[in-house]
Amino acid sequence: MKILVFVKQVPDTDDVQLDPKTGNLRRDGVKSMMNPMDANAIEAALQLKEKHGGSVVVVTMGLPMATEVQKKALGMGCDEAFLLSDRPFGGADTLATSYTLAKAAEKIGDFDLLLFGRLATDGDTAQTGPAVAAQLGIPQISLASSIEVRDGWVYCDRDLGDRVQRVRAKLPAVVTVNGGINKPRYATPINIMRAQKKPRTTWTAADLGCDMTKIGTPGSPSSTKKVFEPEKRNTDTQYLTGSPDEMAKALADLLEAEHLL
Amino acid sequence: MKSDYKGIWVFAEQENGKLHQTVLELLAKSKELQKHNGEKITAVLLGADVAALADTLFAYGADAVLLAESEALREYSARPYQKVLTELAEKYKPSIILYGATPLGRDLAPRMMVALDTGLTADAIDLGFDEDGVFYQTTPGYGGKILAHIVILERRPQMATVHPQICEPLEPVNGAKGELLVENLAVEGDAEYEVLETLPAEKSGESLTEAKVVVAGGRGVKNEDDLTMLRELAELLGGQIASSRPLVDNGMLPHDRQIGQSGTTVTPQLMFNIAISGSVQYQLGMQKAKCIVAINQSEDAPIYDIAHIGAVVDYKKLIPALIAEIKARRQ
Repeated sequence: MKILVFVKQVPDTDDVQLDPKTGNLRRDGVKSMMNPMDANAIEAALQLKEKHGGSVVVVTMGLPMATEVQKKALGMGCDEAFLLSDRPFGGADTLATSYTLAKAAEKIGDFDLLLFGRLATDGDTAQTGPAVAAQLGIPQISLASSIEVRDGWVYCDRDLGDRVQRVRAKLPAVVTVNGGINKPRYATPINIMRAQKKPRTTWTAADLGCDMTKIGTPGSPSSTKKVFEPEKRNTDTQYLTGSPDEMAKALADLLEAEHLL
Repeated sequence: MKSDYKGIWVFAEQENGKLHQTVLELLAKSKELQKHNGEKITAVLLGADVAALADTLFAYGADAVLLAESEALREYSARPYQKVLTELAEKYKPSIILYGATPLGRDLAPRMMVALDTGLTADAIDLGFDEDGVFYQTTPGYGGKILAHIVILERRPQMATVHPQICEPLEPVNGAKGELLVENLAVEGDAEYEVLETLPAEKSGESLTEAKVVVAGGRGVKNEDDLTMLRELAELLGGQIASSRPLVDNGMLPHDRQIGQSGTTVTPQLMFNIAISGSVQYQLGMQKAKCIVAINQSEDAPIYDIAHIGAVVDYKKLIPALIAEIKARRQ
């Protein structure tokens, strides 16, 4: 079985600063990491490989520095890594991204299963996985909290909040996984070092044979028109003062007065 | 041509013949949009034996209901729904399509984005027309410190999934009538996708949405010992433990404990926010709590914008003191 896992590099903080002049994200000094749910997707893929054999291929679109994420993926146990990196890919919304990822999947070929994290922590869209499924015309299972493969079908529980739906889709299919599906293994430094020998390939738009009107900014129907700070609400906050013990007493008094204790 | 596209569509999500609550909210929001662009509001209803829902949609503000019924649409699956909705959108050319940002809406809408080769904004928390007359969708960006207006300038339809509960449904006008358009489209079920069964979710505790007291911890809660302290406070107050995103991302708590835009919305009487900065996304999940207590060492944390009671202090000092104080008072 050949499993492709799509992995994104995201900022390692919620505390991102904007340049007050340009309104752009300040990237200098911001550390990046593998999107947490993508690590769950890799773990799910590795467990399926352990059970059924085959290979796990990790695909990342991003800047050249995204190789760090690839090294981690290979260190966890993935077999091969592809980086889609080219200036014309820049500025892609989820439509352009899904087109580019689908082109890469087609070029890699022979895939049985495409795995994604349910969402990425930087954009929160949860759109890329289902959109890639649509690009390829294959079925999808979103919000998976379990995954199994039997007789050419993938079986998942979908976490819908108040209920769980058990579904199956015929391979090849896209599955997007929740953070709770497993606990990702740790890529030890020694495994990351050993993984240096595993094949890593970088592809450009030309390598993928992309229609240039469908990638990057030209291929992105949506754009940001303006950014602004959230309106401050004028809640009168009553601040507690003094030592922690004094604060605790004052807080208990306030809660008692509101009949909340 | 952009100008060929007219009309506001609301995807009338239903399951087992019951409309999702967000549909009514989207109809109310569409009425606001209609004041600006004057376009017809159409609820698009897919399913089997669902025609009776049209009256509800008219009562809540739809000018028209576009109905496509088929056995293949009785239970939702992505590809048949995509096929039918695409055919309808290509035929009628609406300028806007809104979906609830529900599990179903977020499963279907990205496929529609690809099928219609247009833009889709995810989980918008507001919609409107700006000073240039451009339709925008508001989303929190960059960890919620900043809001952004996303626009889809050239392509049509302009699409968004919309966060639940961003507005109230209108008062229903019983007996209201509108235009009913019935479409008979040939559609087959998906032979490569099957729902096997649906079970009630197993929860890791009592439901958060019903909790009277919620004690939530954030990034500053670093280990099990810290979490145990929060659990003790929650238990003492008869409340539930919850968190902002970091504790779920790092696996300390399961996803059903996460409050915020991509988690649960809570409305307790008393809400403790401990070592939580309070991003826009987080606030969306708890701002309706009656009494909001914030404990955070950073005095400019956004959580203080909505807190009723604030304590700029290390929670590891305050919480044990508070637990001791409450215990003492109860003796």
